[in-house]
Amino acid sequence: MNVHEYQAKQLMRDMGLKVLAGHVANTVDEAVDAAKKLGGNVWVVKAQIHAGGRGKAGGVKLAKSLDEVKLHADDILGKTLVTHQTGPEGKKVLKLLVEEGCEIEHEYYAGVVLDRNTGRVTMMASAEGGVEIEKIAEETPEKIIKVAVDPAAGFTPFVARKLAYGIGLKSKEEVKEASKFFQGLYDLYMKYDCSIAEINPLVKTKGGEILALDAKLNFDANALYKHANVEALRDVTEESEKELEAGEHGLSYIELDGTIGCLVNGAGLAMGTMDIIKHYGGEPANFLDVGGGATKETVEKAFAIILDDENVKAILVNIFGGIMKCDIIAEGVIGAAKELGVKVPLVVRLEGTNVALGKKILNESDLDIIAADDLADAAKKVVEAANGSN
Amino acid sequence: MAILINRDTKLITVGFTGKQGTFHSLQSRDYGTNFVGGVTPGKGGTVHEGFPVFNTTKEAMEKTGANAAMIMVPPPFAADSILECIDAEMPLIICITEGIPILEMVKVKAALQGSKSRLIGPNCPGVITPGECKIGIMPGHIHMPGKVGVVSRSGTLTYEAVYQLTQRDIGQSTCVGIGGDPVNGTDFIDVLELFEKDPDTDAVIMIGEIGGAAEADAARWIQKNMTKPVVSFIAGASAPAGKRMGHAGALISGGDDTAEAKYRILEECGVHISRSPAELGEVMEKALANK
Repeated sequence: MNVHEYQAKQLMRDMGLKVLAGHVANTVDEAVDAAKKLGGNVWVVKAQIHAGGRGKAGGVKLAKSLDEVKLHADDILGKTLVTHQTGPEGKKVLKLLVEEGCEIEHEYYAGVVLDRNTGRVTMMASAEGGVEIEKIAEETPEKIIKVAVDPAAGFTPFVARKLAYGIGLKSKEEVKEASKFFQGLYDLYMKYDCSIAEINPLVKTKGGEILALDAKLNFDANALYKHANVEALRDVTEESEKELEAGEHGLSYIELDGTIGCLVNGAGLAMGTMDIIKHYGGEPANFLDVGGGATKETVEKAFAIILDDENVKAILVNIFGGIMKCDIIAEGVIGAAKELGVKVPLVVRLEGTNVALGKKILNESDLDIIAADDLADAAKKVVEAANGSN
Repeated sequence: MAILINRDTKLITVGFTGKQGTFHSLQSRDYGTNFVGGVTPGKGGTVHEGFPVFNTTKEAMEKTGANAAMIMVPPPFAADSILECIDAEMPLIICITEGIPILEMVKVKAALQGSKSRLIGPNCPGVITPGECKIGIMPGHIHMPGKVGVVSRSGTLTYEAVYQLTQRDIGQSTCVGIGGDPVNGTDFIDVLELFEKDPDTDAVIMIGEIGGAAEADAARWIQKNMTKPVVSFIAGASAPAGKRMGHAGALISGGDDTAEAKYRILEECGVHISRSPAELGEVMEKALANK
């Protein structure tokens, strides 16, 4: 789960990490009030969306007067920003962060991630901050200092020293300041079960302070049950309504651009089903994993979500029962068809636990179902059906 | 022979008395697995479905001689159950549970190092040696004893592959689900190494997916060490970048963890590729014929 920069910074502030003072604003007037409250004569007006690359897209602007704050706030609020992370449709700005300005001497990068190859939490830092870290990683990987933290030892002072000296800090004060920051960032990552904590840039100010100019935090969805305060930061306007609704019913759903709706059990088979639809010349309309614990009701819900997508020209139900029992899927398919009136061609392929019972239930219904023998047959039939109804 | 589990495996289930734990334990027993009891703290000393229940894994091992544990407890308690099994020196731990917080798995992974235990999973269907022993949630009846090993990050795709093999009269030595989480106990290379050494395995199907470097690492290992043919499918060729496709680990994050990049390196390393999940059986049949 992602949160906004202003939310990430509040969590950091609470952990004693240095960030600039700032206030969130929902309207232009609130933005001007925020600047007044902050005082000073330089402010930064920042769009709050769940995507990086805001600066380049015109979502971050420097203001040297309250009039400029007003001008920029008016310009950015309501604007749709298109960045390399938003996709071509972009994201509409509904909130701003107004921060005090600061004089930057150098921009660094600091990050904490989980390195899946080593299975360890890994701290990273670079003297090349303020640019896309992916680019540095590709072109000059030696410029990123990495330390894998030993899970038993935890964060020890050498980790911070290695990072601080590694990015070229020299004076005792600077190294001490940076070390405190790295330790705090690691503590935050562990405390809230983050999956990514990225500070880009981390800056050294002309006054010698080390602080976070930007902040991106991402949280492990599996651990949110431990952190009600983090869960409360969820911004539903940033997430797909349908994906959220699916999640509430224990379904894993991702909307795509194609015409063939898919209802599958298991993430791997759901991906494999999309792949084979594409292999036979069709385009999947979604990824949908009903999971192992689905009931008749959740299958009906899954159908409702698929049918809500008006691009869907045909539906493929592909079930290989393990935990999931085929008869439950069959009941759900019938329930959904009766309740929702499925008007597009429906191809069903059932295999695995209770397959005979599942097939019997479908056969005895008066539903117009195209039965498929195996995966390839199912994919061919659904692609044909989707093309036929164009 | 096969790998990891066989007729001599004695199984207990941690979380035996829960609904899923009960169902799949009994399914395993019905398949022929030597199931000997379960662990549910607080229910020690009781009998459930005719099997003894213990408070701790250690006690269950002492009283039953179990050498394998299936973990079927809910996500908030699963990492703790794995750690308890490691502490009890359980040789084989198979964790089915999906949704364990990843930082807990980081601790589990560290605890496994230097321990006497091997962990399969979490977030996996389990392990089956057809005709001998089934530990997990896979439908037993689609399997057939034979000489092809299967290793996979996905549950249902493994069933798909196994089904295609059985349809073609190609039996399986052992099928191992290593799980869909980014941090797991056993990786592709560990299992490939076991299959390479197993005289009863002639060839291997490896099913990967987008995200991470495990398939690329396995490809390089295969090129160097594997004498037996390997057939591979990578799920997620049609997945958009930056979206988590159900599995916690199935996320394209860099340039080289896409399905296409993985196919490329697998092909370079001499692995037989099936670009359609429906052709795994066919590609394996050809690979065996050309052996």
